[in-house]
Amino acid sequence: MSLSSDRSFVTRRLVLQGAGAVALIGLGNLPTAVPALAAANDKYPEDAFKQKSDADAIKALYGKAAEASDKVKLDAPEIAENGAVVPIAVATTLADVSSISFLVSENPNALAASYMIPAGTVPAVANRLKMAKTCNVIAIVESSGKLYSATKEVKVTVGGCGG
Amino acid sequence: MASTIRVRAINSGDTTEVQALIQHPMDSGFVKDAKGEIIPPHFIQQLTFEHGGKTVFLANWGAAVSKDPYVKFAFKGGAKGDELKISWIDNKGASDSTTAKIA
Repeated sequence: MSLSSDRSFVTRRLVLQGAGAVALIGLGNLPTAVPALAAANDKYPEDAFKQKSDADAIKALYGKAAEASDKVKLDAPEIAENGAVVPIAVATTLADVSSISFLVSENPNALAASYMIPAGTVPAVANRLKMAKTCNVIAIVESSGKLYSATKEVKVTVGGCGG
Repeated sequence: MASTIRVRAINSGDTTEVQALIQHPMDSGFVKDAKGEIIPPHFIQQLTFEHGGKTVFLANWGAAVSKDPYVKFAFKGGAKGDELKISWIDNKGASDSTTAKIA
């Protein structure tokens, strides 16, 4: 009897220590502090892709807002003749990048793609996206748990959503 | 059937640059066909690149990625002759995978 109560005491202490460690990580604002969010693990962020506006999609994906940064280099055309295929690339000089996301503000669902960048992978991605009409393309870079963005307007002459 | 995935991985110095092109309709679910009926959404959701048992790149895609998607990235490490495993899964549960040798 006394043995089992000792054991439960130890377990409780371990649990409390664990909780303390999590709280400390939270204060340090490390990327590992948000495992509950889709952006921090390998699960497909279904909810974020369903959001209509870019602000809601960023919130659903990361749970916080991004600040504009000139360290995020967004490479997109001034004018896209075909909205079905718009080449867009992003690169950054920021360190400790864990993810890069692309949003197209006027698409039916703003979030287009979100890339996980594990340690050792170069923080630069090129891809091709569909754009419904002329609007802003937003690139989000998650670096050291903070979000940085770059925005560029792309003029679309033929929309990519088949009218 | 031939693989839907075409990959070119080239090592130079300490980084390996990877380009991938996949055959997939990437239907968004907003487009109507000739009869005016909506073509249901059908798009790749996740694309994974593994090297040496470690995921080096993971793409989460929505319907706004273009038909026959293309992606380019680079990672540190990798040597000529190493295998790179690429796999995707779409919203209907279909999937494909292939391995490519780093050149």
